[in-house]
Amino acid sequence: MYRYDEFDAAFVAERTQQFRTQVKRRLAGELTEAEFKPLRLMNGVYLQLHAYMLRIAIPYGTLRPDQMRMLAHIAERWDRGYGHFTTRQNIQFNWPKLKDVPDILDALASVEMHAIQTSGNCIRNTTSDPYAGVAPEEIEDPRITAELIRQWSSLHPEFTFLGRKFKIAVTGSEHDRAAIKIHDIGIQIVRGPDGAPGYRVLVGGGLGRSPFIAKELRGFLPKADLLPYLEAALRVYNLHGRRDNKYKARIKILVHELGIEEYARQVEAEFARMDRAAVAAPAEEVARIAAYFALPELPARDTEADAAETRRMAAMEPEFAAWLEQNTAPHRVPGYRAVTVSLKPIGGAPGDATAEQMRVMADVAEHHSAGELRITHEQNVVLPHVAEGALFKVWRALRAEGLDTANKGLVTDIIACPGLDYCALATARSIPVAQDIANRFAEPRRQREIGPLSIKISGCINACGHHHVGHIGILGIDKAGVESYQITLGGDATETASLGDRTGPGFGYDEVPGVIERVVDTYIALREPGETFLAAYRRLGMAPFKEALYADH
Amino acid sequence: MRIIDATGPIDDLWPRIGAGEPLPEAGRALVERDRLGEALASGLELGLHLPPDTEPADIEPHFGRLAMISVGFPSFADGRGFSIGRSLRQRGFLGRLRASGPVIADQFAYLLECGFDEVAIPEEVARRQPPESWLSQSAAITFGYQRGIAGRGSILDQRRARHD
Repeated sequence: MYRYDEFDAAFVAERTQQFRTQVKRRLAGELTEAEFKPLRLMNGVYLQLHAYMLRIAIPYGTLRPDQMRMLAHIAERWDRGYGHFTTRQNIQFNWPKLKDVPDILDALASVEMHAIQTSGNCIRNTTSDPYAGVAPEEIEDPRITAELIRQWSSLHPEFTFLGRKFKIAVTGSEHDRAAIKIHDIGIQIVRGPDGAPGYRVLVGGGLGRSPFIAKELRGFLPKADLLPYLEAALRVYNLHGRRDNKYKARIKILVHELGIEEYARQVEAEFARMDRAAVAAPAEEVARIAAYFALPELPARDTEADAAETRRMAAMEPEFAAWLEQNTAPHRVPGYRAVTVSLKPIGGAPGDATAEQMRVMADVAEHHSAGELRITHEQNVVLPHVAEGALFKVWRALRAEGLDTANKGLVTDIIACPGLDYCALATARSIPVAQDIANRFAEPRRQREIGPLSIKISGCINACGHHHVGHIGILGIDKAGVESYQITLGGDATETASLGDRTGPGFGYDEVPGVIERVVDTYIALREPGETFLAAYRRLGMAPFKEALYADH
Repeated sequence: MRIIDATGPIDDLWPRIGAGEPLPEAGRALVERDRLGEALASGLELGLHLPPDTEPADIEPHFGRLAMISVGFPSFADGRGFSIGRSLRQRGFLGRLRASGPVIADQFAYLLECGFDEVAIPEEVARRQPPESWLSQSAAITFGYQRGIAGRGSILDQRRARHD
């Protein structure tokens, strides 16, 4: 994992000191509220419905145990004992006081963390694959690229006052777990003509009120050209992106209005003209970063004995067996698994974790996962390097804190934005909708029978809950003072990305669990053996679902 | 309006010619984009003011005649001027570069790094934000990560130097 050197440490310390000064200058009237707002946003501080909210960056979702423990400490000392993991692999605290924020930032800096650019019209936290460095089919660990982008995008003098926020995601695998096609820029590590890794660059994806799937900007970009190419892409956007309307200011609108060919022509012209060598990262620097992401030394295990022991425990404990099946994934090193810790207990708030749960995850990671944790954009936590022989112990430790829900990728593994319970932009509740649906499908056997199914809920059209790309998407809006929920079907955030189709008129708050159940029952009745919900929807189309939902309306 | 550069407050050496005002006989003049043709034909030492929707490439042919370029920032939140400044420098403009408008002290470091030499800020901003704030904010972060920009050194190059 990446470690700060003296330069990174000084940079973050100076930035924290700068924010402390900015708060003072705001209080002294030197900065107006309008001037202070983007400065506090670029340090992660939002003004929400009830209080300030602090969003802390977890670059590409990777955390060390001491960092997770610091998050627990912050939750207890300055918040209400819990935090909320987000779809950007970050964590946010919903109840800090503005006067405490500089102290919180100091506490974060002591464990090599910060809140830089977690909000504001700038380049946000670069996200990545939670199985980075673990997935057997991966070409290269995408976090090397993501860390390079983190550094390059931090306080970039040219791109810190963009027309709108800018999100970048990187995947090193063909199977996309980083949702690159719904990002402003999506980067896929691919092999070039000579077999050397390089990048496929996508642009103009995004959700919100005008959802788009990203288009290909460059089929193959040599690795050394990454930063100059990003500068060219951002410069064209910064100069020409719309600034007349906040809702048309993302790069997806520029790409849509110019057309991908014209946008690509402008980027390539800028790229060809600029002094690329002056901007690119030196090869030694890339090598320095890459060394931090080498696979940790995983002790050799007696894999057969481990597997036998795990099988024996699974036979005795059916709940362990279900968890093993659902929440663990293959690892490139034989005898190891990547474990998903579900933050979606039935009836809980998706993505929330208490300080005690954070400490347990930190302890387990320290003893059983080579000191590493990952936050996923699905709002869960991954322990990437668990020996098969330790799985039962890990499960028991997690179970003690209610972290053993065996529902990864199932109907109750719901993504939801904070919604009207916290957010100033929300027009409807989302967390209680997620809780009601989870309660409706609580029975574990039924969840497994239904199979892979992602439900994503947003409490307003800004789509922080990614509803457009949920297999089932739920969008809460305000209709003349009453919450109304629109349902979409067939969305997908992976390499086969698609936007969901609306079923028709929306439903009332109380109707939603029943509506989802009718959609699921229709799928169960019509599916072919082994066919997932998404595959069935793509084969069947909307008609049978529409019939089931509206026939008797 | 007040002019501040990396050393602090300085005098405004560039009289801006208002719409309909005649160009001076001699000396310096800061003219609007729509009077560039007329100004180029004069013998004046020229400054050119650009609105934020300017295409930097369109100005490049005139670099030889321009001693100064002023880039308009309609608000501190409109960051197009950062890219205009950097593009002008990358295209080889060597004259004085000014950011004109209600930018704030907290942006001074970014402006300097994008190739600007000075800011021209409204009195209202200058009253609230004293020159000391501009100077201290410009030095708030010693080293940044980006390469190929003006001003402060890059962390990436510092690291390389350490290994040499």
